[in-house]
Amino acid sequence: MELVLSLGIGVLAASGVWLLLRPRTFQAILGLSLLTYAVNLFIFAMGRLKVGAAPVLASGTDAAGIADPVPQALVLTALVISFALTALFLVVLLAARGVTGSDHVDGQEPGRREQGLGKSGR
Amino acid sequence: MSAWSDHLLVLPIVLPIAASGIMLLLDERRSGLKAAMSLATAAALLVVALALAAQVTDAPLIYRLGNWAAPYGIVLVADRLSVLMLLLTAVLGLFALVFAVARWDRAGPRFHALFLLLLMGVNGAFLTGDLFNLFVFFEVMLAASYGLVLHGSGEARIRAGLAYIAVNLIASLFFLVGVSLIYGTMGTLNMADLARRLSGPGSEDVVLVEAGCAVLGLAFLIKCSAWPLGFWLAPTYAAASAPAAAVLAILSKVGVYVVVRLSLLLFGAGVSEGFGQGWLFAVGLATVAYGTLGILGVRDVMRAAAYAVMISSGTVLGALGTGNRAALSGALFYLVGSTLAAAALFLLGEILQRGRDPAAASLAVFADEYRDPFDDEGATETGRVIPAASAIAGGAFLLCTLMLAGLPPLAGFIGKLAMFSGLAAGAMPGSAWAFIFLLTVSSLGTLVPLVRLGILGFWVPHDDPDPVIGPLEFTALAGLLGICLGLSLWGGTGLAYTDRAVEGLSNAAGYIHAVLGEGTP
Repeated sequence: MELVLSLGIGVLAASGVWLLLRPRTFQAILGLSLLTYAVNLFIFAMGRLKVGAAPVLASGTDAAGIADPVPQALVLTALVISFALTALFLVVLLAARGVTGSDHVDGQEPGRREQGLGKSGR
Repeated sequence: MSAWSDHLLVLPIVLPIAASGIMLLLDERRSGLKAAMSLATAAALLVVALALAAQVTDAPLIYRLGNWAAPYGIVLVADRLSVLMLLLTAVLGLFALVFAVARWDRAGPRFHALFLLLLMGVNGAFLTGDLFNLFVFFEVMLAASYGLVLHGSGEARIRAGLAYIAVNLIASLFFLVGVSLIYGTMGTLNMADLARRLSGPGSEDVVLVEAGCAVLGLAFLIKCSAWPLGFWLAPTYAAASAPAAAVLAILSKVGVYVVVRLSLLLFGAGVSEGFGQGWLFAVGLATVAYGTLGILGVRDVMRAAAYAVMISSGTVLGALGTGNRAALSGALFYLVGSTLAAAALFLLGEILQRGRDPAAASLAVFADEYRDPFDDEGATETGRVIPAASAIAGGAFLLCTLMLAGLPPLAGFIGKLAMFSGLAAGAMPGSAWAFIFLLTVSSLGTLVPLVRLGILGFWVPHDDPDPVIGPLEFTALAGLLGICLGLSLWGGTGLAYTDRAVEGLSNAAGYIHAVLGEGTP
């Protein structure tokens, strides 16, 4: 199970980083989402992996028999925050697409950039 | 926990979030009421910060939420450094808001709610006693700052905002990885508890904790725009509207604050003493060098102020890296003065550029809620012109230049001199000489472009209309620069305060004892 989880985190993170380095804003937001999934799984794994254990300490259960509730609480907070910020990023992305007419992360197509620079003399 | 003054510590967080929550319910057209509410909140924050400054002693003030005991419950901790930063935030927030009320707050929707949320996040980050709440306050502050960077709309802001948001989302992911690594190995996120466990005997886990702290540090270094993680800062701050940029100047200082606090608390003594110090020194020096090169090449005042923010962050990181307490105290004093001066320079830059680049605000994305801040010239009180506005702007520019370059007789010089004399008092290794040399060069490097911008802006004849300063804008500038002058006049008192703040920071045992209570070493 540890191997599967760590491989999963690794693949998600690697794909996320690759997408993040691509030039289109849509790829960037997908990359950020994948990286967020990887990090959330990582936080979850930091509470140690346990199967069939509730994160609630009922009377009579041994403390060793329960899952650590703190990382689960952390992951919940992180999920909510990253979800909200991804939505916000999406709005800015659409605004940038609308204003600049391009979905390149620089707001300009690479070819046009040199022309623009030449024209303004900078 | 019964007297009302015990609850003073939670007010810097509760007040702004309550006010901004109420403001979200109010209609966007009632801008006068909203402005009055947020000004009142900012003024109240200043009063609270002053009251806390009067209360704080060598032992930090503790506030336990719900009165739960420390490692399990949430604690707010205010020592001298926290209170100093709260005070700086309150002053900066109040005057940026006064400046914004003159016209900028009507350039886009929900300015006041976002502004107060930002203040709440910054105050929370300065007060919190555990790492996960630090993350939450960081995110609140960042989410509000995304809105503020985009405030006023326009293509330049959206393009800068896109990069800014992407970089900070990645920084947040680093933050989470660091926090969870630390939790996974140490089983706690309370800063005092962490410091207590790290001060005990070492185990093989220490390497993992150090790795976690390094990843965590990366997030903070991105935030304080240390080289090579800070290329986002200058374009973003230069594109933001002036009052937003002025209050964003404190945002990068949150990163600096956390690095200073955690390095001294966790790595001041114990198993991993001095961890990361060499790196911080190198990164600080590189940041100062990069900021100096950057400011030498600027053409407009806003961008110069952005690079000045970077130089001041780098200076504190470098001073922390020297491991010299007197130098760190001087650097903190310099941080307060330079942040105020950089904020004033952002405001001044907007006044000078006003009317020269009308195309900047012409593209409205949120057309339904957007109004050009320069449209209603006659309708507001800003139509009244203070005579000799050029002279005022020129004088303010001179003060900003002297503060940022660290020239006598102003407070920037006092801070730099305190750093140099602190370093000179100890043994002088080559690194200390390099630090002093670089800071001196950066003084010159700040002076040259600012003088050039001043000559171009004030002395060279041009067709542009003379700057117009409304009474509110004048109040904001005069307030920020008046405090800079006050820091210069009472520099001794200020330095004595930062000396004691650094002493408190270095006394990890005192912090642990205050947070975790009796019965702990």
